[in-house]
Amino acid sequence: MFDKSISELHSLLHKKELSVSELVQSSFDRINSVENKVKAFMTLNEEGAMQAAKSLDDKLGTEDARGLLFGLPIGVKDNIVTKGLRTTAASQLLGNFEPLHNATVVERLQAAETVTVGKLNMDEFAMGSSNENSGFYATRNPWNTDYVPGGSSGGSAASVAAGEVFFSLGSDTGGSIRQPAAFCGVVGLKPTYGRVSRFGLIAFASSLDQIGPITNTVEDNAYLLQTLAGHDKMDSTSANVDVPDYLTSLTGDVKGLRIAVPKEYLAEGVDEDVKNKVLAALKKLEELGATWEEVSLPHSKYAVATYYLLSSSEASANLARFDGVRYGVRAEADNLLDVYKKTRSEGFGEEVKRRIMLGTFALSSGYYDAYYKKAQKVRTLIKNDFEKVFEDYDVIIGPTTPTPAFKVGEKIDNPLTMYANDILTIPVNLAGVPAISVPCGLSNGLPVGLQIIGKHFDEKTVYRVAHAYEQATDHHKAKPEL
Amino acid sequence: MNFETIIGLEVHSELKTNTKIFCNCSTNFGAPPNTNVCPICLGHPGVLPVMNEQAVDFAMRAAMALNCEIAEDTKFDRKNYFYPDNPKAYQISQYDKPIGENGWIDIEVDGKTKRIGITRLHLEEDAGKLTHVDGENHSLVDFNRQGTPLVEIVSEPDIRTPEEAYAYLEKLKSILQYTEVSDCKMEEGSLRCDANLSLRPYGQEEFGTKTELKNLNSFANVQKGLQYEEVRQEKELLAGNVIGQETRRYDEAGKKTILMRVKEGSDDYRYFPEPDLVRLSIDKAWMDRVRADIPELPDARRERYVNKYDLPEYDAKVLTQSKKMSDFFEVAIEQGADPKQASNWLMGEVSAYLNANYKEIDEVALTPEGLGKLIALIEKGTISSKIAKKVFKDLIEKGGDPEQIVKDKGLVQISDEGELRGIVTGILDENEQSIEDYKNGKDRALGFLVGQVMKATKGKANPPMVNKLIVEEMDKR
Amino acid sequence: MSRITNEQVKHVANLARLEMDESEVEKFTTQLDDIISMAEQLNELDTENVEPTTHVLDLKNVLREDKVQPWLSREDALKNAPDQENGQVKVPSILE
Repeated sequence: MFDKSISELHSLLHKKELSVSELVQSSFDRINSVENKVKAFMTLNEEGAMQAAKSLDDKLGTEDARGLLFGLPIGVKDNIVTKGLRTTAASQLLGNFEPLHNATVVERLQAAETVTVGKLNMDEFAMGSSNENSGFYATRNPWNTDYVPGGSSGGSAASVAAGEVFFSLGSDTGGSIRQPAAFCGVVGLKPTYGRVSRFGLIAFASSLDQIGPITNTVEDNAYLLQTLAGHDKMDSTSANVDVPDYLTSLTGDVKGLRIAVPKEYLAEGVDEDVKNKVLAALKKLEELGATWEEVSLPHSKYAVATYYLLSSSEASANLARFDGVRYGVRAEADNLLDVYKKTRSEGFGEEVKRRIMLGTFALSSGYYDAYYKKAQKVRTLIKNDFEKVFEDYDVIIGPTTPTPAFKVGEKIDNPLTMYANDILTIPVNLAGVPAISVPCGLSNGLPVGLQIIGKHFDEKTVYRVAHAYEQATDHHKAKPEL
Repeated sequence: MNFETIIGLEVHSELKTNTKIFCNCSTNFGAPPNTNVCPICLGHPGVLPVMNEQAVDFAMRAAMALNCEIAEDTKFDRKNYFYPDNPKAYQISQYDKPIGENGWIDIEVDGKTKRIGITRLHLEEDAGKLTHVDGENHSLVDFNRQGTPLVEIVSEPDIRTPEEAYAYLEKLKSILQYTEVSDCKMEEGSLRCDANLSLRPYGQEEFGTKTELKNLNSFANVQKGLQYEEVRQEKELLAGNVIGQETRRYDEAGKKTILMRVKEGSDDYRYFPEPDLVRLSIDKAWMDRVRADIPELPDARRERYVNKYDLPEYDAKVLTQSKKMSDFFEVAIEQGADPKQASNWLMGEVSAYLNANYKEIDEVALTPEGLGKLIALIEKGTISSKIAKKVFKDLIEKGGDPEQIVKDKGLVQISDEGELRGIVTGILDENEQSIEDYKNGKDRALGFLVGQVMKATKGKANPPMVNKLIVEEMDKR
Repeated sequence: MSRITNEQVKHVANLARLEMDESEVEKFTTQLDDIISMAEQLNELDTENVEPTTHVLDLKNVLREDKVQPWLSREDALKNAPDQENGQVKVPSILE
């Protein structure tokens, strides 16, 4: 069932060869059989989902069931709020939190009549690249459960790769959709900043966060973005820019396309096998009629430092509301200051505390100009790097990550090594441009991701290239054995 | 050594919008706790702020009325601090680009006009309300007020005396009320004031260490607190002591300021640009639109009252201090009342009643139409001013139409000469001694006789006519 | 070159309302020092005439109409509160 695409499923449902209830049940069956190995889910919504499926079945065959996503089971990253369905952001501090409303993206998915089967595990508050920072348990890579699924949307990527859901929502602040998509061999898009509403996304770094779809194929991804994208009056930073028809771009035609390949993205530190897979992909695109040239994004090496200063600073304020006063797990103490300190110290994991400390420091009196403001200025330089390249090229291509998935426990004790893993995804968030990761082969049995970066609001071209490449290869057909 | 007093004032004023600054919750005062709240103002995970256009317009309007330059490009910042009434643990405020800067207002003290500079006016969100439960080890939080739009107005350290501080606050309040951006009710917290005061030897340029006064619940207490602080600091300095950087509060009962906390260094609020809100770009068209909504301000009105209505300077000043009073006055004279008479009534009987009953002009039954008609009845001679005071009491307590009241209660003045002459003759017959006294040059006797006639007519006799008739009749005898 | 001290870490932890024992202070001091050393790398760049980026899109004047729309009942508003009394959120007293 789970090797089917959205359009195939749609036609099965439409012909009444399959009911929504059967489809949703098959999702739970799969979850029951593999979840003990993958641990992709944080909270299951079995009762709610089956009920929703039943009422959608009543609409089957009528005009109301025409939507392409009608009746399809979906998983939602646990930092996206769902009304009445526990939302923890994988933090012990929010272990009991029941949101009072839905995120805008969840509203849109509900309007499209998808069925939410559950909430997906992640690194706590989206801080991490391995899912080992979940405050509950770590998700494993379906390709090899000794390996991490990537992060922070590890549950979102693993659940799709493991066939537990057809697609999922992730969020990407410095690579948190693309990196796990690459590690798990699925398709993950970080849209342009402002393309998808952030209302209801538990903020990590407001100026970088973006929700995006994780799917089996590029086509599915485009279907999902079509539903998610668009202006939202609840999010002041969501752009009032028309949403094009993404599906019309899936032509397979990349003739005359100009590709830029930053030399920094194939430099030292990038695994040889990964490099070869990317070069092979470029060759494939050349065969399809595109051209590529090496370019430079000269400020790339400053991106990691810039990102950690900015994202941690914003996070230090965004996570200050978790004080145990209005919601969350409050620690007992007889005065307020101790309630604050104990609630936060017991509720937050180590990585979250580290980032709050870094961000608080970078914003504190006497250091603001040297660290925070300096990083904002370097962000401008990094953004300019991209703009300059995009004057002459249609897309930028490179690996999504320097290496395939690493082993559980391998990097968790060294934050800097962990941070360096995001070196190829971070600049994209700093520049606010869209980027997708698509599978481009296996290295020692683990997937490798190809990253295609586009201009602001040009997801269409990103999809066109990704789709043409995908259709010309079989990498997306490879599935892990569980 | 003689010291010069330096005072700066920081005023917070809630804007009269329908909804909060970043969400659609009502700003209605007095609702049951936590009934005007939503996930946004409660700071729930995942929510985002969206700016209320009316709040920006009001802030601009206030800034313009205070003669500020309006920022063409402005933004919002996060001010980080933990407190139970501050749900996000940051307040969205404006740090380095306030909406208005470099303004001023003119105040008047002892008949002299002085210009007080306004450093800045910025827009921010109000906090919730934290109540400590007496005798218990806990507090309660109501978030209804959280997110009410607020302007903070910071004065230059141009104020030199507590009296000037008082005059500044009166003037500021009146401007904010005239521009209809705020109710300015201190008792409801829609206007709040912090003051700081320092002393320096005359001739010295740099400022002395200032103390901050907080929780001042009336303008009178601002003045009293500053007066106390001025004397306290002088004594300390003369005793050779150093003034500490402190926050103090004014204790009304003890009539003194009390130390709240000693400030150690400056607070570290870690301000940074709010990433969830976009910048405001204010062009000329926007400014013009807001400017067009600014009504006539108190100084302009005051000038008009002197020039157009011939009111004395003093009357014009008192009447225009409060917009409500001034608006009342304008409607009354539109009804045909003589401006000076209307002014006399408002500054006299009306103000006395309001002060005695702790009420505002819009909280009593008297209407401007009612007052206008009352004055007209006096002018026409229908009632005497003495009767008018009785009618007024009815009007201010119960309302109604003065003409009807006069008619119903039979209060119409007796101006019929024949009728009055009969009453006068009767009174004279009973008071031979007074006639004698009058003829012997005792003028007081006339007053007594007039009083007797008024008594006999229950005050309804036309006094000048009574006077005239008594003299005539006595001359006959 | 700025080096992080234990005292700074304690100060920052207090600002962030985090509680730390001495061993955690030690650990965070070392780790923050490493990260800050990496951040020092940015000083290689001359950013004298570079504008800081707060928003990657240049959006402006996003405003909302001033119209009341009730959302929550009080019961819902307080549903997640760890402690409440008489329709208000209850917290231990401030001790500072």
